[in-house]
Amino acid sequence: MSKSLTDIVEHKDKHPHLNIDKDLQSQSKMKKIVLVGNPNVGKSIFFNFLSGIYVDVSNFPGTTLSITKGVYKNFTVYDTPGIYGVSSFNDEEKVARDIILDADIILNVVNSLHLERDIFLTQQLIEMGKKVSVILNFSDEVKKRKIIIDTKKLSDILGVEVIETSAVSKKGFDKIEFAIENARIGKQPHDLHELLHKTLNRVGSQAEALLVLEGDEIIAEKHGVNPGSPDDREKIYIDRRNRVNELISDVQYEDTSKGKFFNLLGRLSLNPMTGLPILAFILVLLYFFIGDLVAQRTVSFTEGIIGKGYVEYNIKSFIADYTQTKINVDVLDDEGNIVDSKSFEFIPNKKSDPALAKEFSIFSKSIGAESHFHFSNPIVRLLFGEFGAISMTLTYLLFLLLPLVIAFYFAMAMLEDSGYLPRLATMLDRSMNSIGLNGRAVIPIMLGFGCVTMATITTRLLGSEREKTITTAILQFVIPCSAQLAVIAVLISAAGFTPLMIYVIVIFTVLILLSTILNKLLPGTSSPLLIDLPIMRFPQFDNVFKKTFFRTYGFMKEASIWFFVGALVVGIMDITGLLVVFQNLLAPITTHWLQLPKEAATAFVMGIVRRDFGAAGLFSLVLTPMQITVAIITITLFVPCIASLMIMLKERGLKEGMIIWAGTWIFAFLIGGIVSQIII
Amino acid sequence: MNKKTLDKAKKGTYLTISTLPSGLVKIQLIRLGISEGDIVFCLERLPGGTIIIQKNRQEIAIGYDLAKQILIG
Repeated sequence: MSKSLTDIVEHKDKHPHLNIDKDLQSQSKMKKIVLVGNPNVGKSIFFNFLSGIYVDVSNFPGTTLSITKGVYKNFTVYDTPGIYGVSSFNDEEKVARDIILDADIILNVVNSLHLERDIFLTQQLIEMGKKVSVILNFSDEVKKRKIIIDTKKLSDILGVEVIETSAVSKKGFDKIEFAIENARIGKQPHDLHELLHKTLNRVGSQAEALLVLEGDEIIAEKHGVNPGSPDDREKIYIDRRNRVNELISDVQYEDTSKGKFFNLLGRLSLNPMTGLPILAFILVLLYFFIGDLVAQRTVSFTEGIIGKGYVEYNIKSFIADYTQTKINVDVLDDEGNIVDSKSFEFIPNKKSDPALAKEFSIFSKSIGAESHFHFSNPIVRLLFGEFGAISMTLTYLLFLLLPLVIAFYFAMAMLEDSGYLPRLATMLDRSMNSIGLNGRAVIPIMLGFGCVTMATITTRLLGSEREKTITTAILQFVIPCSAQLAVIAVLISAAGFTPLMIYVIVIFTVLILLSTILNKLLPGTSSPLLIDLPIMRFPQFDNVFKKTFFRTYGFMKEASIWFFVGALVVGIMDITGLLVVFQNLLAPITTHWLQLPKEAATAFVMGIVRRDFGAAGLFSLVLTPMQITVAIITITLFVPCIASLMIMLKERGLKEGMIIWAGTWIFAFLIGGIVSQIII
Repeated sequence: MNKKTLDKAKKGTYLTISTLPSGLVKIQLIRLGISEGDIVFCLERLPGGTIIIQKNRQEIAIGYDLAKQILIG
C-alpha cells in the first residue's frame, strides 16, 4: 500500500522552511496537492480519503506542528496545520506557508457553517495566483440549519470550482477528483493586481509578491526586498475582508433557527454561574471514569493480577531456572496480613532441584500468595530484580500506564471533539489573568491531571514564552498526574476528611503563590484571550476512537525508553548501594524536618523516576493520618517523573528546565516541612 | 463618536465595532471576521469582562484586556 510512501516531516523549531524545502525538492517529479483550511474544517478526512492513511483529525490548535504527506495517483498530497491566513505569525503558519508556496494544486477545505471566516483564506489563496479548488464541507449541517449556499454563484465570483461535501456521510467525495483536475487560478481583484505588479518583477512569483506586500519579513529577506508596511498589510486585509463580506451576502441565505440543545449547553458552559456546575459535573464524571473505574478497578486487575501475578511471576520463575535465586513467598489474607510464609533457596539454580521447584510452584500458586525473587547475580538483579529494568518497565508500561493513558486520551478526545474546551478556557479567562495567564492555559493544566509529560508539550499552544514558562512551572510543581492522583486518592481516603482539606488547601495555596511570584518576576505581559468557539456537538465516536488510539501509540513510543532508563538508574543505585547512601543522606530531612520514617526517603528516590512510584512507596510504611498528609503534600510538590523532565528540557531549554526541576526539590521539602511543623 | 469600549458592551445588544487596536491583533481579528464598521451581537459578558461576540454563526471570545482596546459605537 501507499503506507510505505508516507512519512512525517517533523517541524524543526528554528528553521522550518529549510527542512521542508529540502524534502520537497526530493519529490519534485510528482505534482503536489496541498490541503489547506482553517482549524476544524475536516481537512484531515480528505487527506485520509485521498491517501488512505489516517492522521490525527482535529486537534487543539497548536499541537500538530508536522506536515503529513501521502500519495494519491500520481500526486503527492500534503496535509497542513489549520490556519486562518497564509503568513508567518506563528509556527503553524510558517510550516503551512512553505508548503503552500510550493503547491501545484490547492484543495481549500471550507467549513460551510463559517463561510465568512473561511472564505477569507480562500480569497488570499486565490490572490496568491495558485490553482485552487474549493471544498465546501459540512454541507449536511448547513441544510439541517436551513442555510442555503448558492454554490454556482460562489464559484462564478471566485472563478474556481466549488464542490459540496459532507465528511460524515462521505457525500460528494466522488467529486473530489473533478475538483483536482479542474483546479485553476481564480479571479484576481483589479486594484490588488496593479499593486502586485511592481513587487512581482522583483520577486518572481505572484504568491511570494503578495506575501511580501503583506509584510512577510522572511519571504522579503529571501528576495532582498523590503516587506510591505503595516499600513499596506492592513489595507490589503481590509479590502479582502470587505470583498469577502460582500460575496457572502450574495451567495448565502439563511433561515435563522436557534434554541438547539447543544447551542444552549454551549452558552451555559460559558458563564461561571452555570458553567461551574457543568465543570463540576464533568470533573465528577472524569473522576469516576479515570480515577475509579480505570485507575483503581481496571489497573488493580491488569497490574496486580496480569502484570505482577502472571507475567512478572513467570518471567522471574523462568530466569530462576538458570541462576542462583532465593524466593520468599508470603501468603496474605483479604486484609493484607501475612498468614503463611515460606522461603525457597535454589543453588546453583531452580532447574537443579526439581523437587523443591515443584513445592515452590504449588505453594506460590495458593490463593493470596506473593512471591519475591532475590537473584544473587547483580546483572540479573539489575534486569529482573525488584527494580529490574526489564521486569519493572514491562509491568508498569503495559499494565499500569497503558490503561490509564488510553482512558485519559479517550476522555480528552471526547471533551475536545465536543467543543467544550475553548468554552472552559473562556469561562476561566478572568481568573487566569490574575496569575499572568489567559484562559487558554486551562487546556494544558487540565491535561496535566492526566499526564504532566503530555501537558508540557501542549504548552506550545500558548501565546508567549512567558505564559509557557508559568504554565510549565505550574504543571511540574503542583499538578499531580493521574497515576499519582490514583495513589494519593487511596492514601487520603484512609487518612480522613481533615487531611484531605489540608492537602487541597496547601496545594492550592502553593499554586497561587508560585504563579503570582512568577507573574511578578517574569518581564513582559501575557497575551489577551482571542479564541474562536467551535460549535458544540455530541462527540463523534469514530473520531474519538481513532484519536485515542493514535495518541496512545505516540505516547507509548515516546515515553517507553525513559521508563526503561529510569528503572535502570534506580536498579544500578540499588545494586551499588547508592540507594542506601541516598536514603541516609536524606534521612535528617525526612526524620526531623518532615517527621516521617527514614524509609520514606526511598519513596522520594523512586519519585524522581516516576511520580506514582514515589507515592506508592508510601504504601508500605505505617503512618499516622497527619504523616500521610505531609508525605503526600511533599510527594505532590516533588520532582516530576523522568519522562516529563526530559520533555521539559526539550521544550523549555536546559537552563529554565533545570531551574524548575531544582525548584521543585526546594519547594517540596520546604512546604512539606512547614506543614509538618504545624500539624504534627 | 463616543469612546465606549467593548468590555462595557451590554449582553444581548447589537453594537458596531468602530476602532480596533492596531498591529498583529487587528490582523487576527480581521481574519476571524471582525473588522471596523462591523455590526456584531454581544452574546455574553462574563463577570470580570470577558466578552463573547457573535457574528452570523461565529462565536468569538475576547479577553478583558483586549476588549478594553476595542472601541464600539
